[in-house]
Amino acid sequence: MKRRPFLKATLAASTLLLSGLFPYTLQAAETIKVGILHSLSGTMAISETSLKDMALMTIDEINAKGGVLGKKLEPVVVDPASNWPLFAEKARQLLTQDKVAVTFGCWTSVSRKSVLPVYEELNGLLFYPVQYEGEEMSPNVFYTGAAPNQQAIPAVEYLMSEDGGAAKRFFLLGTDYVYPRTTNKILRSFLHSKGVADKDIEEVYTPFGHSDYQTIVANIKKFAAGGKTAVISTVNGDSNVPFYKELGNQGIEATETPVVAFSVGEEELRGIDTKPLVGQLAAWNYFQSVDNPTNKKFVDSWKAYAKAKNLPNYQTAVTNDPMEATYVGINMWAQAVNKAGTTDVDKVREAMAGQEFVSPDGYTMVMDKTNHHLHKPVMIGEVQDNGQFNVVWQTEGPVRAQPWSPYIPGNDKKPDYAVKSN
Amino acid sequence: MPTALLRLFPIFTLLLSLLAPHAQAGDAADFVAANPAKQATLLETWSAHPDAARLPLIEALQKGRLASDSNKAPFIQTDTGWQAAEGGDAQPASEPKKLPLNNRLRGLVGTAQASHQLLAKEPAVRLAAAQQLQKSAKPAQLQLLNARVASEDDDAVRDALSLALANLQLIDPDPAIRLAAVRLLGETGDPLARTRLETLLDPAVETDAGVRTAAETSLAQVKRRLLMGELLGQAFSGLSLGSILLLAALGLAITFGLLGVINMAHGEMLMLGAYSTYMVQILFQRFAPDALALYPLVALPVAFFVTAAIGMALERTVIRHLYGRPLETLLATWGISLILIQLVRVLFGAQNVEVANPAWLSGGVQVLPNLVLPYSRMVIIGFALFVVVLTWLLLNKTRLGLNVRAVTQNRNMAACCGVPTGRVDMLAFGLGSGIAGLGGVALSQIGNVGPDLGQSYIIDSFLVVVLGGVGQLAGSVMAAFGLGIANKILEPQIGAVLGKILILALIILFIQKRPQGLFALKGRVID
Repeated sequence: MKRRPFLKATLAASTLLLSGLFPYTLQAAETIKVGILHSLSGTMAISETSLKDMALMTIDEINAKGGVLGKKLEPVVVDPASNWPLFAEKARQLLTQDKVAVTFGCWTSVSRKSVLPVYEELNGLLFYPVQYEGEEMSPNVFYTGAAPNQQAIPAVEYLMSEDGGAAKRFFLLGTDYVYPRTTNKILRSFLHSKGVADKDIEEVYTPFGHSDYQTIVANIKKFAAGGKTAVISTVNGDSNVPFYKELGNQGIEATETPVVAFSVGEEELRGIDTKPLVGQLAAWNYFQSVDNPTNKKFVDSWKAYAKAKNLPNYQTAVTNDPMEATYVGINMWAQAVNKAGTTDVDKVREAMAGQEFVSPDGYTMVMDKTNHHLHKPVMIGEVQDNGQFNVVWQTEGPVRAQPWSPYIPGNDKKPDYAVKSN
Repeated sequence: MPTALLRLFPIFTLLLSLLAPHAQAGDAADFVAANPAKQATLLETWSAHPDAARLPLIEALQKGRLASDSNKAPFIQTDTGWQAAEGGDAQPASEPKKLPLNNRLRGLVGTAQASHQLLAKEPAVRLAAAQQLQKSAKPAQLQLLNARVASEDDDAVRDALSLALANLQLIDPDPAIRLAAVRLLGETGDPLARTRLETLLDPAVETDAGVRTAAETSLAQVKRRLLMGELLGQAFSGLSLGSILLLAALGLAITFGLLGVINMAHGEMLMLGAYSTYMVQILFQRFAPDALALYPLVALPVAFFVTAAIGMALERTVIRHLYGRPLETLLATWGISLILIQLVRVLFGAQNVEVANPAWLSGGVQVLPNLVLPYSRMVIIGFALFVVVLTWLLLNKTRLGLNVRAVTQNRNMAACCGVPTGRVDMLAFGLGSGIAGLGGVALSQIGNVGPDLGQSYIIDSFLVVVLGGVGQLAGSVMAAFGLGIANKILEPQIGAVLGKILILALIILFIQKRPQGLFALKGRVID
């Protein structure tokens, strides 16, 4: 009797609530629209939400200095919700409906692979701020994170060195998708070249959002009994919290079995008690603890921004490598647009080559003239009891990226300039 | 002249003895001045030649409290301020900077600390030190360990030390000593001993045939002990996963199992329970930081009543209108689950919230050399059993339970006998939701707490209830532990992803063969 009206009411209420998800766009006369495509919910939200906020802060900073080409930048934020096909949908929406001049976004490689055909088809421009597995060089993407030779390979070299513990066996643990699988393929081939046999390499994958690491940690212990072992973790997203909790609970210590992570930074360690993790490693191109005036200003303005915008847990706001890469990427794009005098993708692409920016990692970052990647310094940091990293090793200076890793057969024939992947 | 010198000699010795502690204290300055490679050599030397006076310095290093000021003078951080590491009451010239250590140095500091603790008076400290040295003793410590074994008067410590020594004696030139060491290693269940013994099987490494045979025997013994630890570990992690599945599914065993409501919003009740825990934690942090460690205990009743109240409200407003219409119930509860998720997203944000483990739920106890049982998991297994007993008592020993069973078996007859069926439905649904809330508290201690938390458990919960047999509490218990253990046996063999798929396939086959599940209600009441 009263059932139908009630159902309708429920439906109406849920539509109302859902509509809150949709982005709102500011109404302004002359602006340049900039897309921000990061997961604000789901398993990747732990990592990507701060990138969205960092992008907004950078845009605010640029607008405060008068914007680009005399126009203000107008951010269009969308939430692809850690759902890979939704990334492609949202990307198409940004390009065709909102007509953004550029997009800053993606974290996981699977999300980047999902939007790539969209950007290539519609000739859009994407800035990708996270370290990844390489094997890609699209004319429509600028990669401001690290390629394998700027992160993974130096990290393994460090683990094999005397100071890194002279590891002989390697446990490769990752989330089951393209980035960990490709990185581990490269690492396996690299380890072979260093004389490590297959019996000393173990590869294990878990699904996204995996939360029961009991067996895996027990297996790490078993494997480690066979000789000095290092764990190379390409676990992504919030699975890292149960993983590190289990490591602490089962008493795996960094002095015996160091874990080096490629996707864990200051942001992911908020919310974990890092005392049992002291000495565990992460390889990045930037840490918040890097000591130089540019970084101090960068960290201070981020903390002030987090406080002013009342971001969740702003008291413990931290910066990390992909945030820095986002910051550098947006600033470089703004410089390139100013140089080109237009936001036209082809002109901006040309202007990006060789673009320079004084970055918080203490170096002047240079965008390579041909390969769409930044020259970056590599740093290895150790977790401290306050959740920060202490840099224990770093390269002399910035390293040029090799997106086509020489450790994958056939890559020597790939061109060193960007071509559409088709 | 000689006589004058002789007369001065006692004064010299006196002076030297006065200086002695300062000679030791130079270690801190040496260490601060050295580069990492030199620091490593220093630590190795100290490990081989321990000196009781050096212990405070090494402990400071171990705790990361050694620092140096701008003059490179070493200081140790105390609870109140800075103390000169060289002794005396010098004050730092500037704010001292902590000495960075890398993993290699930290490991060496651990070894050095253990070898210094061998000099301690308390046998318990010596025992712990000896056990540490079993893992990390360096060949340079051979002489030290020999001397300590000879002079040790506590049996337990001597045994532990002998083992540590045996590890180093495996490369002794004398085959008799090697043989004794190999035999001794056979007595342990240490995973490292296995690797050490395995290398001895190679004739190129071990030339003496007698030692090789002994190594083989010892290796078999060690392997047997290791296997035991591994099996126990697998059984424990299976039980632990089972208890988590059980906690997740128990509420559903009531709302779906007994009441027959296809409750897609069950996962969200778990999520709300976890968020209640988060809220209680926040309140404790703000108003009673001293009692923070107790917050999970307070969170239990809070989560129970919050989720029970929400469950009852849902039952009264939505679900009761849909009894007997399973398809609409499914869609409506699915919609409710979306609304609840979005509500939590709006209130708490889309990101995960931090629910920290109190100290008594972190860490674990070492049962065997290759088996550590984490406290949090043990507590959750116990808690799951407690909730099962509680639910069983509620359903079988109380008037409410009697009414619930009467209504589920024959609604009309129960109504005729004066059972207020509407009220019983509401209370039973509230009970199921409340138990899901309790499960949420437990889940918050081991996983992430976010708006999507429920989504990852809803499928597993239905699996458990359907596999166990709808309407049967005992079936759910058996199904949860069965699934947990099966999962943990399969996982190491074929990996986490494939394991899950295989389990799912097996369950489908099982349900095809036996649609009523493991346990089925017998009798004519079944419709």
